[in-house]
Amino acid sequence: MNRATSSLPPPAGGHWALHLGLLAVAVVFPLVFPSPFMVNFGVLALFYAFIGQSWNIAGGFAGQLSFGHVVFFGAGAYASTILQLRFGFSPWLGLPASAVAGAVVGLVIGFLSFRAGLKGSYFALITLAFAEVLRIVANSVEITGGGLGMLIPAKAGAANFQFAERIGFYYLILALTAGSVAIAVWLKRSRFGAQLAAIRENEDAARALGIDVFTEKLKVMMLSGAICGIGGCFFAQYFLYIDPVIAFGVDKSVEMLLVSMIGGAGTVYGPLIGAVLLAAISDTARVLTNVQGLSLVLYGGLLVVIIAFLPNGLIDLFSRIGKRKRSKAGKEGA
Amino acid sequence: MLEVQGLTKVFGGLKAVDNASLEVGEGRIVALIGPNGAGKTTLFACIAGFLPVNAGQVRLLGQDITGLPVHQIARRGMVRTFQITQPFAKLSVHENIAVGAYQCHPDRREAWAHAERVAQQVGMGGMLDQPAADLTVAGRKRLELARTLAIGPKLLLLDEVMAGLNPSEIVEIVEIIQRIRAGGVTVLLIEHVMQAVMSLSEYIYVLSYGKIIASGAPREVVNDPAVIEAYLGRGAAAQMAPPTSGQAQEAAHA
Repeated sequence: MNRATSSLPPPAGGHWALHLGLLAVAVVFPLVFPSPFMVNFGVLALFYAFIGQSWNIAGGFAGQLSFGHVVFFGAGAYASTILQLRFGFSPWLGLPASAVAGAVVGLVIGFLSFRAGLKGSYFALITLAFAEVLRIVANSVEITGGGLGMLIPAKAGAANFQFAERIGFYYLILALTAGSVAIAVWLKRSRFGAQLAAIRENEDAARALGIDVFTEKLKVMMLSGAICGIGGCFFAQYFLYIDPVIAFGVDKSVEMLLVSMIGGAGTVYGPLIGAVLLAAISDTARVLTNVQGLSLVLYGGLLVVIIAFLPNGLIDLFSRIGKRKRSKAGKEGA
Repeated sequence: MLEVQGLTKVFGGLKAVDNASLEVGEGRIVALIGPNGAGKTTLFACIAGFLPVNAGQVRLLGQDITGLPVHQIARRGMVRTFQITQPFAKLSVHENIAVGAYQCHPDRREAWAHAERVAQQVGMGGMLDQPAADLTVAGRKRLELARTLAIGPKLLLLDEVMAGLNPSEIVEIVEIIQRIRAGGVTVLLIEHVMQAVMSLSEYIYVLSYGKIIASGAPREVVNDPAVIEAYLGRGAAAQMAPPTSGQAQEAAHA
């Protein structure tokens, strides 16, 4: 039995039916459930899937576990908002600008910490430290609006990145998430992805096989940072407000990491599964009770259960079922 | 192909490798032997760029490669295996070898096909889908070999690829190494299994306390009194004199 989390599926194994099927379901979802509550649920689930995927690309695919991934999110959120409010650029320009901001922060943090040889939990801690530093900086300089944060004035209109209907945001984040999934699929099937998997499993062996570990790790931090930065821009435009705690606080870091690990780190759809679950739990908890943060308590409990019984994440459940079906079919065929 | 001159590596007060020089000609199989703790693996690590050297020079194909990063040395054609195997545990055998194959075949289809060919070459054709973590010691040693072979090396540094194998597995891997050489790859190997060293190598260097104490054809080296003493202790050669070649070989075996 092949228990390995297959990082490089055999050439024949395309899953186009699965990708297109899920995309179709996501496209139809707000048409079937048009209530603002459900569309908002969809937006948040996809948003968490998107930033979860950005964590997954660095943490799951390349094994660079970050505990302060919010640093890229915040960089993107502030970059796009500052460009819009202080310099008067179109908010749409914020999307590429936030990607660049995330990538640059990824490059700087990656360069400093990989040069120093930080790995595993040390790398996780240094990313947390960087996020905290930026939170304090954002709190104290003028251009970010300091602790008061920045309020983006509401002016509905697609040209203004503000959709009158939530469904506009829904399709925007759907497109972004689909893009991030496409990148994950590409990583599964490309040389770059194979090199990242090798680095994740054993850096010395990867180096011995001619892989430039330092450069590849920088590349993946930039890629992950760019995606996460775009997430920050989207968040700012959806809620029209950011402050240092939202942008650089530890909450988002934890959510990205949880979403990815609960769903299945290093897999294409792990973050999506985790994100739908997180959004469902948080909405349910909010509707049924008034306790602040109850959803994260529930989610933490779920994480414990999953680590104990499904260490490869919820996605393992699906692949086990799939394997059972296949082996049954094989027996019948024989 | 490979020239090492006056290589010295110091850990604190210990000279792990002391002014070692050796040469490996193209297309040959050369062995590096020596008692436990002699510094063989350290010398390998220095040659392949895993450890910085304190003095000396390493030249590959006439070019100075001393101090180059490991991956650049590997891309120039010199690749090492690890004595303690380092598989990509969660990846399958096929994926493990494909990581190497990607180095010379950026296209996925070609890399996978190349990895399969290499797997067959080392007798792992039937285990492609197994996770590397599930392999036996013999399987892991072969995987090390296959992975390095897949990147298309000119010179292989094999660090005890036979340690922990049973006699029939050793015979198989000796054949594989001979086939690799026949395919145009030069081999430098560290080995304790003397039966394999004697049958494979054309030239032997003996390392003891970090120094090269003898070198030559296999028969000459195992009869060298300095080598016998390095393995069995001072005075052993005198006790055994006059040494017949058979005894000396046994002595080296022990």
